[in-house]
This record gives sequence, structure tokens and C-alpha cells, in this order.
Amino acid sequence: MDPQKYWRQIPARYRLEAYKCKNCGKVFFPKRLICDNCKSREFVKAEHSDKGKLLTYTVIRTGPADFQDQTPYVIGVVESENGARLTAQIADVEPENVAIGMKLRMAFRKINKTGDAGVIMYGYKAVPEFE
Amino acid sequence: MREVAIIGVGMTEFGELWDKSLRDLLVESSLKAMDDAKVDAVDAIYVGAMSSGLFDNQEHLASIAADYLGMVGVPATRCESACISGSLAFKGAFLDVASGYSDIVLVTGVEKMTDVSGDKAVAGLSTAADDEFEGYNGVTFPGLYAMIANAHMKKYGTTRRQLSLVAVKNHANALKNPNAQFRMKVTPEAVEGSVMIADPLHILDCSPITDGAASVVVAPLELAKEKFAHHKIVKVIGLGHATGTIALHSREDITELDAVVKAGERAYKMAGLGPDDIDFAELHDCFTIAEICELEALGFCAKGEGGLMTERGETLPDGKIPINISGGLKAKGHPVGATGVSQIIELVEQIRGDAGDRQLKKADIGLAQNLGGSGGSSIVTILKGLGSRV
Ligand SMILES: [Zn+2]
Repeated sequence: MDPQKYWRQIPARYRLEAYKCKNCGKVFFPKRLICDNCKSREFVKAEHSDKGKLLTYTVIRTGPADFQDQTPYVIGVVESENGARLTAQIADVEPENVAIGMKLRMAFRKINKTGDAGVIMYGYKAVPEFE
Repeated sequence: MREVAIIGVGMTEFGELWDKSLRDLLVESSLKAMDDAKVDAVDAIYVGAMSSGLFDNQEHLASIAADYLGMVGVPATRCESACISGSLAFKGAFLDVASGYSDIVLVTGVEKMTDVSGDKAVAGLSTAADDEFEGYNGVTFPGLYAMIANAHMKKYGTTRRQLSLVAVKNHANALKNPNAQFRMKVTPEAVEGSVMIADPLHILDCSPITDGAASVVVAPLELAKEKFAHHKIVKVIGLGHATGTIALHSREDITELDAVVKAGERAYKMAGLGPDDIDFAELHDCFTIAEICELEALGFCAKGEGGLMTERGETLPDGKIPINISGGLKAKGHPVGATGVSQIIELVEQIRGDAGDRQLKKADIGLAQNLGGSGGSSIVTILKGLGSRV
């Protein structure tokens, strides 16, 4: 991946920066320029929420070429407490212990390595949240 | 708007066609449709292709089409909307003719996918998802549909066996389609015993990687009646087009293909018809779960009952509404840009009564539904036969 494409997304991938529509309050991750709910173009940084629940998931057995060495891995749709949704790997749990509705917490993790130099790419994964 | 008819159809066989290049496929299919229409020139060309750049290092198919069809100078347009690129090209041609701008228009959907390795073909396909926020985290296309399947099973009690029955039916249908890539019978046990790709989807839940092209020729209805009545006239009575979110996670209800709901509503409204008026349909079964969600989205059954409807046999060739009599993407094959046009061809052949061994008894009104990505776009087309063969 070209560095500029990677660096551009660091606020979203490293810090889960979400934005809230100033007018209607809808939370977006990643950032958008116009709200699809009310068409407002003004946003404020949203309260960061690293807690959420699992809406659905799968276990990837055959992955894209550069993820093949990680298989099997679990990936799912996570809805955070502020309403923002994202797709993330579900880590630190055996596939058979993953269930729709389970409570999760977002964590900063290594996602992949790329190219011959094995440059490491970072981002978010979700891990089980124990109360 | 002028009314529009389909006056010619033609396609290549679907499969791993190593002896045929991208342009061979494009031209072979186009000429077949032009021969079927009995035209040797057209006013415009529309080409549907998802990613000839990634799959074959060749963009600018509009020029290639005109050039290699011996029609340099004719305006040509290439359309892209992932897996609905073929239907989008058809829509372009429909509007071109309906508006009165052009009379005879050729539509060709094409994809040459086996000139690159399987890994590269899969990577190319995955560009139809959200690269920055889905692909980056390691999601695959089967993975996205697997997440839809898991959510559907949890919410509605759809069973693993019901998914299998979609594959079993479509493979059985393909046995009667000489153009199909996989003419082999499968059993539910074979589907469930095949290698797991993304739980709960096995390899036999997935459509294959395919080379192929499919073409139709369209003309104004009045001109078709006057000059092209050597076939039963097939009229375009409904065409609905809609978008959905690019990322699955942004979809309010993960089990609902809302782009299909909207495209279907628009097509039904234009045709002045509802789901009960449709005799048969070609649905975009890129994965078995997709066909189940589409049955629901198009109103062929209630929300959540697509699996049950399949299990009851209502989608079999002798059922309430035969679905994917061609074998569907699942068994006929899925050369992405060609798929939408090939669905339309199946409707035309059935309506004309030219479908050979797989001819349905009642096939006056047919519906084709094409789906892009994990639901980011959809086009629904409704065709009707007029009068009898001249
Ligand atoms: Zn808003």
C-alpha cells in the first residue's frame, strides 16, 4: 500500500476518530463531509466509544492473499455504544466462542504486513469485553 | 419515451475459456446477438465490464468493441457498477433508444477473469466492497455474504440446509443449459461437505470465477414490429435501478438488500405489475444466501421466509415461481460484467419459447435482478412477450 493512502487514514484507524453531525447528532465512522440523515455539513469530533456489541460475524477460512497466513480468523460487524458501525477482526477469542450479541471492546492491533519489506500495518480489532 | 424491444440475443459459453481473449469474447458474443437480430450495423454500443483493467490489464473497452466489431466511428460507452455492470450497460442502451437518440443499439457484457491467478481475480472482485474500511481489515466477498447469512439465520431461523437447497436447485437447472460452466448435480450433503470458505458458507455456496460474454440488441418497439418480427417481440416493461451503502456495516438491517427492494419497487411501478404477476425470475445468486434475501426483497415471499420458500420447492422449475432456470450465477457461472446481460438473455429465450430442454410452460413475463458488491447497487428488469411468432 502506498504510504500516503495509509497515513491519511491514521486518525480513523489508530484513534477511531468518529464525527457527530452538529445538527442531528448522528455519529459517523469514518468521517464524512455531509450527513446522510439531515444533509448538514457541520460535524464535531464525537465522544470516543471503544465499547460495542457484535451484530454479525464469520470465520474467514480462505483469506485474501496477504491475510492467508492469519487464517482462520474471525471478522464481524461491530456496533459501538455511540451508534457507529465498523467491520473489524474479532481477536483474543476462539472462533467457536464467538456469538452474535457478544460485548466487545476495540483494541489497537497489528492488522497485516505488506510488501517484500514486511512493513507492518496497524489498526483496530475488537476483543471480548468481560464485565 | 419510446417503448423498447429486444430484437437479438447471443452469448458465449461460460467457463474457463483459455483459448479466448477478452476481445474474442466481446466480439463473438456481439456478433451472435447481431446475427440473431439480423442487423449488420448498430447506431451505438454499450459495454458492461467490472474490471477489465484488474483482470486483463485493459481498459477502454468502448474503443476495442467498435474497432474489433468493424464499426470504428460508432459511439461506444463502457459502464461499470461492479457486478451490475452488464445491466447498467443495458440500461444505457434502453435510455438511448427510449429517448429517440439512437435506434439500433448493441449491449455486450463481458469479463475475462482467468488471465490472472485466482488470488488476483479474488483481489479484483474485492474492490467492489469498501477497500478502506472492509478490505483493509481482511474481509472477503464470501465473508461479507457469510455475515449476511449468519445474521439471517439468527434473526429468522434460516437453516444451513435451506442454503444448500439453493445450490442443489441451481446446479440441477444448469444440467439443461449448454452454456453453463458447471453442469453437474450436487446434493445437500455435497454442499455441506465441501470446503468451508467463510462460516457458514462452503465453496459450493459460492459462484465461480468465469470467462464469458453476453449480448443483446435493442430497438424501438415500433421499429421492431415493422422490421424485426422474425422472433417473438420481447418488450422491456420495467427497469428499476437503485443503490445501497458501499459497506455492509452501514446497512441499517444487515439481512435486507435494500437496493434490491428499491430497484424492484421502481421496476414493478414502471411495469404496473407486482410480484404475483411475474412468471419466472433470474436472481443474482452470487452466494446461496443472496437468492434467499432477494426472494424477500422482491416480494416473492414475506421478509425472513426466503429459506422456507426454497425448502417448500416453490422456486423449482415446476414451483410457484421458477428461479434461476438458467442455473444462475452459481452453476451457469459469473463472468461479472456479462452476468446481468446473460440474465436478460434467459428471460428472452424463455419468453420466445427458445429455451430448449429447460423451457418453462408459462413464461410470458420474466424478471431479472442483478446485484453489485454486497448490495451496493442493483438493477431489476422486467420483460414481456408480445403476440406470437411471425
Ligand atoms: Zn445530520
